[in-house]
Amino acid sequence: MNREDFPLLKEEIIYFDNSATSLKPKCVIDKMADYYTNYPANAHRGDYDLSYKVDQEYEETRELVKKFINAKYLEEIVFTSGTTESLNMIVNGFFEPLLEAGDEVLLTTSEHASNILPWFRLANKKGIKLNYIPLDNNYYVTIDNLKKVITPQTKVISIAGITNVIGDIRPVKEICKLAHENNVFVVLDGAQMVPHCKVDVKDLDVDFLAFSAHKMCGPTGVGVLYGKKELLEHLEPTLLGGGMNESFDNPSEIYLKELPTRLEAGTRNISGVIGFGEAIKYLEKIGMDNIHKREHDLRKYLIDKLLLLKHIDIINIESDSGIVTFNVSNIFSQDVAYYLNKYNICVRAGNHCAKILKSSVGVNNTVRVSIYFYNTYEEIDNLVELLSDYDKIVKEMI
Amino acid sequence: MNTEESRQIIMENYLNPQNRNHPHDGYQEVNTRNVSCIDNINLYIKWNNNKIEDITFEGEACAVSISSTSIMIKNLIGKTKEEALEYIHEFYKMTNGKTFNKEMLQDACCYEEISKQGNRKVCANLPLKGMEKAILEKLK
Repeated sequence: MNREDFPLLKEEIIYFDNSATSLKPKCVIDKMADYYTNYPANAHRGDYDLSYKVDQEYEETRELVKKFINAKYLEEIVFTSGTTESLNMIVNGFFEPLLEAGDEVLLTTSEHASNILPWFRLANKKGIKLNYIPLDNNYYVTIDNLKKVITPQTKVISIAGITNVIGDIRPVKEICKLAHENNVFVVLDGAQMVPHCKVDVKDLDVDFLAFSAHKMCGPTGVGVLYGKKELLEHLEPTLLGGGMNESFDNPSEIYLKELPTRLEAGTRNISGVIGFGEAIKYLEKIGMDNIHKREHDLRKYLIDKLLLLKHIDIINIESDSGIVTFNVSNIFSQDVAYYLNKYNICVRAGNHCAKILKSSVGVNNTVRVSIYFYNTYEEIDNLVELLSDYDKIVKEMI
Repeated sequence: MNTEESRQIIMENYLNPQNRNHPHDGYQEVNTRNVSCIDNINLYIKWNNNKIEDITFEGEACAVSISSTSIMIKNLIGKTKEEALEYIHEFYKMTNGKTFNKEMLQDACCYEEISKQGNRKVCANLPLKGMEKAILEKLK
């Protein structure tokens, strides 16, 4: 659906790498070109009309994000460079001053590097303990398993809403409820979730949420850090500089601005933020529920077809998102990706930045097909036809 | 070498690679991997003074990297450090689309066409990069 909105889809290309980044609709590209062409001034410097327009557009995106994730206050929306920066700010700016040696943080082995490495560093630095919520046979997080590992020392649960290899949708609302009953904070890596289904931070009751624009039809280099206002007030800026300070005279007299500006030092990615606003409007117009249903239907169609192929081993048959991860018997995943590339099909091969997942799944590298709403049943037919001929794969993979 | 001949050499070396095993003691170990892909190979080299007496390897990699490792092993055993470096540089010339010494590279010429596929060039070069690193370490 909506394929006509994407310039690239006019070409003979089948794009199945949407978990890495999504394609961009023309309205987003035009919006950014409009900024660079017609009002390319800086934000928050509004002494003249052009700059005032920048402020208006930039802040409109904040309003759009607030509404999109149903945040309570505008100040809870901070623009960052993406999920990675948001998560690093949460770990380094909020939890580093708060946690003490012996405190526990719960993760899972299927997290992306961005939700593992900042915690690893904090563990090395402060002696906090990292534990993993055990995954069930489908590599899911269950409330029962979570209950088994929460201890009085647990202070944080930091997990993805949807993981980028298994594609399982975590029971975030139930996790938050259990966490808060135990005075535990919840950090949600929303990189794979926010683009694909309705995320309501008030309903879920998450404490922090991180996500990126570029996986949801927006530009690269823009993301969001959401935090409950009362928590965000205590997040120490990890970047200091222009735009975020009120005044300063000497090291003991530094006065910072209010939220969210305090956490947006320097000139931000203005064209990106403005383009992101357009992407949100675009997704809202289609409807997040429609997007989720479309991906679900396409995934089921693909899984049903792949199950008929004996030489395909699907890692995540059961999960509900648009991510399908598999291997072709005795063929290295990268060779499968190169083979499909010969037919203009873009898929991802590798460990997908989830390097400790192999300890749970027992497989190092996989082929990943990740679907978005603009993919079609015909594209899946093409993919499956190419995958169905094992001899052809072997013959053409080099 | 025509495309079919090249393909055959690559497939033979991929399916039955030379010396894919963990060696006994006394081998120099070097890891080689690409930042942009997932190929990950350990090379083990046994030296007899200045000469390469044996090379084995372990690891997980694509058909091009595995076959390239196998061919490199066959071609480098018995060579001196200097001869091996010369071979490696001729290989790079080939994968960069430049004129190279076909006689020296022998069946490694099967990767001649790979210079046209930027994303697979790194796979073919991978074991050579590892071997180059190992030799330079020894020359220090």
